Formats: sequence, structure tokens, C-alpha cells
Amino acid sequence: MAPTRRGPAPRLIFGDLWPFDPAPETADPKLADRYQLFIGGRYVRPRSGQYFDSINPATERRLASIPRAGAADVNAAYAAATAAFRRWSVLPGRERGKYLFRIARLLQDRAREFAVAETLDGGKPIKESRDFDVPMAAAHFFYHAGWADKLEYAAPGRTLRPLGVVGQVIPWNFPLLMLAWKLAPALALGNCVVLKPAETTSITALKFAGILEDAGLPPGVVNLVTGAGETGAWVMGHPAAAKVAFTGSTEVGKAIMRQLAGTDRRMTMELGGKAANIVFDDAPLDQAVEGIVNGIFFNQGHVCCAGSRLLVQEGVAARVIAKLKNRMRMLRVGDPLDKNTDLGAINSAAQLATIRRLVAAGEREGAELWQPEGRLPAQGYFFPPTLLTGVTQSHRVAREEIFGPVLSVLTFRTVDEAIEKANNTAYGLSAGVWTDKGSRILRLSTELKAGVVWANTFNRFDPSSPFGGYKESGFGREGGRQGLLDYAARA
Amino acid sequence: MPRLPITKTPKVYVGGAFIRSESARTFPVRDAAGHFHSNIPQCSRKDLRNAVEAAAKAGPGWARRTPYNRAQILYRLAEMIEARRTELGDALVTFGARAADAAEGLGVAIDRLIHYAGWADKYEQLLGSVNPVASPHFNFTVTEPMGVVGVIAPDSPPVLGLLSMIAPVIASGNTVVALASETMPYPAILLGEMLAVSDLPGGVVNLLTGFRRELVPTFATHAHLRAIYAAANPEERRVLRTGAAAGVKRVHFVDGGRGAWLEDSAQGLEPIRDFVELKTTWHPIGS
Repeated sequence: MAPTRRGPAPRLIFGDLWPFDPAPETADPKLADRYQLFIGGRYVRPRSGQYFDSINPATERRLASIPRAGAADVNAAYAAATAAFRRWSVLPGRERGKYLFRIARLLQDRAREFAVAETLDGGKPIKESRDFDVPMAAAHFFYHAGWADKLEYAAPGRTLRPLGVVGQVIPWNFPLLMLAWKLAPALALGNCVVLKPAETTSITALKFAGILEDAGLPPGVVNLVTGAGETGAWVMGHPAAAKVAFTGSTEVGKAIMRQLAGTDRRMTMELGGKAANIVFDDAPLDQAVEGIVNGIFFNQGHVCCAGSRLLVQEGVAARVIAKLKNRMRMLRVGDPLDKNTDLGAINSAAQLATIRRLVAAGEREGAELWQPEGRLPAQGYFFPPTLLTGVTQSHRVAREEIFGPVLSVLTFRTVDEAIEKANNTAYGLSAGVWTDKGSRILRLSTELKAGVVWANTFNRFDPSSPFGGYKESGFGREGGRQGLLDYAARA
Repeated sequence: MPRLPITKTPKVYVGGAFIRSESARTFPVRDAAGHFHSNIPQCSRKDLRNAVEAAAKAGPGWARRTPYNRAQILYRLAEMIEARRTELGDALVTFGARAADAAEGLGVAIDRLIHYAGWADKYEQLLGSVNPVASPHFNFTVTEPMGVVGVIAPDSPPVLGLLSMIAPVIASGNTVVALASETMPYPAILLGEMLAVSDLPGGVVNLLTGFRRELVPTFATHAHLRAIYAAANPEERRVLRTGAAAGVKRVHFVDGGRGAWLEDSAQGLEPIRDFVELKTTWHPIGS
């Protein structure tokens, strides 16, 4: 066995010697200049006649005009969905499934076009939209398609029936993927949907209307309304909704729960997180560092289950941090369309301001800030990968969701201390454990109060794997047989 | 001269002990004929908080018990009630139930405990799963108890309603703070005495008596109650759901009319599913 090297890892500098040439993805995203609402199978102008601009966060340039749906438009969408439900809900499951299979295939056909559109509109690196968001969205439709004619096998002792019309509001971090997570199980069960994408990332949802059209999905089964928070509140609060499903911040989730407190509306909430990524001293450290980087810098940290709190065992803390800094120096921040980009643009000016505010609070409270050298693009919203060391549990950066490429580092000595610190949060969406010891993984996965536990890996997703939180990270699951049941009526 | 009987001082069962309300308040209950029966503890918000503390303390130990052990303890509880069903039935009749109805309801309640005793080591195989992910990972979903669950029982039927709600919640390893019937609280006092001798560890089930209007808002907002299971009217539902928003608490209601509690459809896997969390673990395969 090779002797274990102590002390800091040597700093690699080859990145400075061989600069990368630009490698932009050039596929045509086929954007329209102005989009319309998709209601009852038709593209309709908002009654208000109002539109707003969707911009590219990497260039701050306008991409397209997006309709601002008002209460009347939301009413029209619910009316269309309610009308479509009568036939859609009694269609044989086999037939419903075939529509979903078609949708999956049509999305695969146009994967590159959707990936480029997603990256332009949201700022995420093309390698992520190309290799993760779009294929995973197609996979969700394909997976749930197969459930539609097998519902009698999904829950013993129960006959699964659709609920009716479901209102869904999704966030801006994985626009198309969240749409797939929401639509696929709802449709497989025979529900109809009114969905509102996030204000800053509506384009792929509106492009997706074209796929629904090409698939021949009956009019009104899926209705897409766009707008800001006000539109979202109408979608969530509409009396015709049998259920609402929301993915977004815990703050807004609580507001929706209060708004609907006087109703018997079914709800699914997928809210925020502040996941602990726990590294024990016996972990394969290089592999762990890759996992830490993936855990917090994937999608610029705009991930509700991001591993934003690194808990590292004291004995290896210095080595892990040195390795991590070396790895972070290799991260390329810049043009999201460049195939070599690791961190793209922050989704919006507002989010960039939030990240800056919280990082400043972290420094004020005594955390030490480290960022790799390197210039950020002059245009657009960018934030460098950031490490905050010397963080304690009471710091805001250890408690509040930053939703950016900012990792707070805490240390621990014993297994019990790691568990206690990991669970010391109002959230409970995900957690990571890095150790060579199988029994420790199972102990941790038993004691961590989180809906998803990644052992020696992080940020893995699959349509068959239920995803969702404990505590203030929400309730209900998405994916798998368990997620499917959240779209079924009580027996 | 006839012997003067000893009357019982009703006390609530909290943390494995029989206590009066910390507030020292009571409210009188009368039997069906209108005669004074006894003074029932009028539990306060502080009593509720104390009960939550007791339930939280009992939680980890109860959750760690094997499902087989929890099953046997639920079965033991049924044995204890079966042995004293005449006494419990008499109490129901004292407060106005027809003898036949009381007997039928108690029979169903005891059978329902047996039903859930049997579930304790079976629901996991139906609610959990191994998930065929498209990557080299062993991926599995298991259930976990939520923690301390607040149960708000219906006023009627006082025993069947309360037991039907408690049993599925504790079967999976949760602990319970329950508010018993306000209009017919005495049977729940008796039930506490049976819980105490049933091998159920102290603090797993805590029974409070008192006024709904006083306690429901605290059930709604208490941060350490992870979930609420309630038989509630529309206004109470609104209060519970509004309070639940602050901590993203899980809230489920029962829609049992009087007769519905007797039906087999009032039991099953769903009430268990409502009070477990699902946890998915990813473990790499290979090297």
C-alpha cells in the first residue's frame, strides 16, 4: 500500500497553461418571438393583452415575450381542464399510457433543441441540460406511461382513481424536468392539469405545448399558464382544483398551505433544503471531493437538495478542504452554451442579489470566504464557486437555503455529532454520507431525517426513485410507485 | 345499612403516570340520568406541551422496537380491554349508549386493535420498495415513523373512535398525544388504565381530557407535533391546517359518521401510510 501523504495536496496549474478554446453548442433552439398561453389545446392571447420579457441570464438580452396570465385566463384553463376530465379520466389506461409514451419519444427526438432552449432561458450549463434535464424529463414520461394501465397493481387493497383537475406550480431551477415530474404521474392516473412554470423560465414549458400537440393529446388535458407569483396564487387557489402540487421555497409553500387551510384540497409540497454532506475520515477522499463538488455546484447550486452544508470529520478536514480548493480551481464559470462550462449563469438578478446578501452575512458572522481566482464574464449574472469555512451551526449560511454555488463547511468528531448536526435544521430533503463502512452508511441512513440519502454519491435522480422531504422540506413524494399514489383519490 | 361505594377520582394517563391537570382545573360530568358522576381533568395547553414532551421522550425507544414486538404489545392491549370490556361497556351505558350498541362498538374496537397488531410487521413490505434505477445503485425506499402525532378523537363513539385513530399511528412506531371525547370523557379515563397494564411503554400513548376549543389551536401550532390526525368540524379543520402551515405539519382528517366507525373500511393500510415518512437511500454497486 502506498504511504498516505500528509499535508496539503500540491496545487495543479495546468488549467492556466492550456486554455480551452470556446466550444459553443450551436443547435437551433427554435424560439418564437412571442409565446401564447396553451389552454384547451389552443394557443391563446392573455385576456389582459400583457406580456413580459424572458431574458437570457448569461447575456441579459431578451429572448421572447411571455404572456402574463390573469385570473380570467386561469379560470379559462380550469374550465378547459374540467371539461377534458370527463373523457380523459375514463379513457382506458392503455390509451392514456400511449399518449405518455408518445410524449417521451417526441421529447427525445427534439432533445438538443430543448436543451439549448433550457440553457438559454435558465442559464444552466449545456452539458447539464443536454445530459441531465432533458433526458431525465423524457425518462419520467416513459416511466409513468407504463403505469397508466397497471394502476390496479400499484396499491394493494385500493382502487386508484384520478382526483380531477390538478393545479401545479413549478420552480425555475429545472424547468422542463419539474414539468415532467408534475405532469407525468398526474396524467398517468387520468387527472387533467393546469400548470404554471416559473416566471423566469417559461420558454421550455411553452415549447412543450408543441409536443403535446404533436402527440395528439386531447385538448384541455394539459393547460399551461404563465406569469409571476400572482398567477401562481390563482392556480393554487382555484376552487376547481382537486389537488395542488407545488415545488418551490418553503416560505411560499407555507403561504399556500395557509391560503388553502379552509378547504379540503389535497396538497403535495416539495420545498427547500439545507442538506448535509457528511464526509468521514475513512471515505475515499478524491471520490468524496467529486461528490461534494457535484453536490453543491451542480446547476450553480440552484438545487433544493444541494449538499450545501459540508460536514467533514476533523481529522481529514484540512486535507479535504485543500483537495476541494484544488478541484474548485478547475471549475469553469462562464458561457452556459459552452460545452466545457461547469457553472453557468445565476438564474436571475434577484437570485444573484440573494446569494450576495447571504454570503456577505456569512462573512459578517465570522466565516472565512474563499473563491478561486478567475474572471467572470462582464455581462450576465454570474457568481464564482464559493467556500465558507469556519461556519458554525448558528450562522445564517448554515441554516438558510442560499440556492447558489456556496458551500458552508462545518466539522465534527464523532458519528453521533455528525448525525446531530446534520439533523439540526428545519429542513429534511436530502443528505449525503461518504464512508467506506457499509454498516455506518445504514446507521446514518436510518438516523438522518431526510427523504433521500445518498451514500458515496450525490444528486442522483431516477423516475423510479421516490423523491421528497421530511419536516419543512414538504410532504408527498415524486417518482416511483409512492409518488404515483399522491395523484390518486382516496378509496 | 348499604355500604357506601368508593368513587374513583378520574386522572389522565400521561407519560405512563396518572395525573391531574397541572392547572388543577376539572369539569363535572353527569350520567345519562343527569346525576353527578365525577370531575374530569380539564387539561390545559401546558398539559398538552408536557404530554408532547413525554411522547417525544418515548419516541426513539418505541420506534426502535421490532415490528414483531410492537405487534405483540398491540395484541396485549386488546387482551387487556377484552378482559375489562364489561366495565367499559357499563361506562358507555352510564353515559347514554344503548347496551347493544356499546357491546358492538367495543367488539369492533378490540378487533381493530388486533387488525393493526397484525399490520405492524407487514405494512413495510407494501409501502416500501426496491427501485430499479437506471444506474449502478442499489436504491430502496423504506418507511419511518414521523415522530409525535397529535390525535383529536371524535366526541362519539368515544372508545371506538379513539382506538381506531391511535392504533394505526402507533403501529408504525409513532407516539401519540390524544385528546379524548369532550362530551363523554370518562371511558378514555378507563382506557388509560388498560393502556397502563398492556406492556405499552409509558409515553407512547398519552390521553388528555378537556375542551376542544381550548386545546385544538395548540395542537395546530405545537412545533414538535409532526402530524395531526383529527376528527374535526370545518372550523377546527381550518384552525388545524392554518396552524400546521407554520411547521409544514402533516394533517389528516377522518370523515367517520357514527356508523362508519363500525365498518371494515374504517381500517386498513391507508391510515398507516398517512403517518409514515418515506426515505430513499442510494448505495453504489460495485468496486
